[in-house]
Amino acid sequence: MSETFPVPAPSAVSAPFWAATEKHQLMMQRCESCHRLVWYPRALCPRCGEFSLRWEQLSGRGVVYAVSVHHRAAHPAFADRVPYSVVLVDLEEGVRMMSNVFGTPPAVGDAVSLGWVALDDGRNLPIFEAP
Amino acid sequence: MNSNIRGAAAVVGVADEVSPSGVIDVPLRELEARVITSALSDAGLALSDVDGLCTCTGGTLMHSVELAEYLGITPRFTDATQTGGASYGLYLEHAAAAIAAGLAETVVIVYASTPRASRKRGEKGLGVFATPERLEWETPFGVMLPISAYALAANRHMAAYGTTAEQLAQIAVDTRSWATRNPRAHLRDPITVDDVLGSGFLAEPVHKLECCLVTDGAAAVVVTSAERARDLARPPAYVLGAASAASHAMITQMPDLTITPGAMSGPAAFEGAGVTPSQIDVVQLYDSFTITVLLALEDLGFCKKGEGGPFVADGVLAPGGDLPGQTTGGGLAYTHPGAFGAFLLVEATRQLRGDCGERQVANAQTALAHGTGGVLSATSTVILGTEATL
Repeated sequence: MSETFPVPAPSAVSAPFWAATEKHQLMMQRCESCHRLVWYPRALCPRCGEFSLRWEQLSGRGVVYAVSVHHRAAHPAFADRVPYSVVLVDLEEGVRMMSNVFGTPPAVGDAVSLGWVALDDGRNLPIFEAP
Repeated sequence: MNSNIRGAAAVVGVADEVSPSGVIDVPLRELEARVITSALSDAGLALSDVDGLCTCTGGTLMHSVELAEYLGITPRFTDATQTGGASYGLYLEHAAAAIAAGLAETVVIVYASTPRASRKRGEKGLGVFATPERLEWETPFGVMLPISAYALAANRHMAAYGTTAEQLAQIAVDTRSWATRNPRAHLRDPITVDDVLGSGFLAEPVHKLECCLVTDGAAAVVVTSAERARDLARPPAYVLGAASAASHAMITQMPDLTITPGAMSGPAAFEGAGVTPSQIDVVQLYDSFTITVLLALEDLGFCKKGEGGPFVADGVLAPGGDLPGQTTGGGLAYTHPGAFGAFLLVEATRQLRGDCGERQVANAQTALAHGTGGVLSATSTVILGTEATL
């Protein structure tokens, strides 16, 4: 890869997420009041407004909700991966996140599981692949 | 609901500025001033009549106040709410409500942007999608915004409802068909479904000919009280109903990629107007991409959810169709300077006045303008009518 993926430094609220990626763990917050998962990391639960959120590890298994095969690299880091798939994945714990599938594009409804792309600072970027 | 604004205010002046080349190399303030004075002149009004100003472009802190100073006016009502391409219908809704409440008498809504001229000068874009949340949770995955988001929505609609590439392409074909009747449109050559399907991809399933233009342009709308409107130069286009909604900022957070906030603003606007979709003579639906139009048709109730593909397949939006749509040639072929919302209001008004020449929809008494901003994030729905519809 000619250039590393465009990932900003963690914020105060997202630091636990990024720290967990160093150990290849996908972590998200769960609201201790309404018990819903919260994505992306926040200070409060967007469902019920409570501020008590606790980090937990997810399975990394999910299903493709939507996919778009991209034919031009949005960033130099993707130059040698074109065409690449931008996906929305519904994780089995009941939350949706954006990610990538590289190689053969998946279809809506396909099962996918977590993979990782190494960043140059020890963190990893969560991507998905056929299980 | 908002039926208290029905008939309280009317669009009495409109103007827009486009260029055959797509380039208008004029400083932003001058372009704004030009299109505002044109719209006031159309109404038979002057800057001294204006006591309200709505605008949000320019990238500065207090754009509405800065523009008011430049124009030499002292508005008692301003609005600089930014909901992307939905901002201008939202301004018309707010202006009508302000006029109904006595907070303003004559309000100017303006939009101007010169992305092509800026690019020629070597200026970088503003990076309007670069929010901290996007930079952390979407940008790392190589998204190109806004197209990636609309592509995901189109993919989901196709998978969920069997909508085909040909059906979506038909929207671009029909829109171009209107542009062939508009001497001011940027792209005027007719196209076919095969042309669209053969135009290639940046982000599947959105073909290049399903993407809006990037052109320079400006548009302005003058709104005043119904009472004052009756004494002015041109036939008023009365605000029968208007409503706005927003459901998310990032596509990752859109609850269902096949349901836009138009499912909220549309029914609210119809209820306020006291009309149903079957009573609308002509529509101006924001066509950033063809999927934007298809989702709007469903959410506004012109067809059922999931049936947008078959609904558009036979040219319902084309000249001569049952629901003439995007009669300028739209953002796909007329002009699209970054936000097309103000142009929708201008064309809706012109259709009701009978000013549209070769592209005029016969006997148009009701017109709907529907703006969509961000990544299907925010919508505004406005229903306008002639004097006969009051």
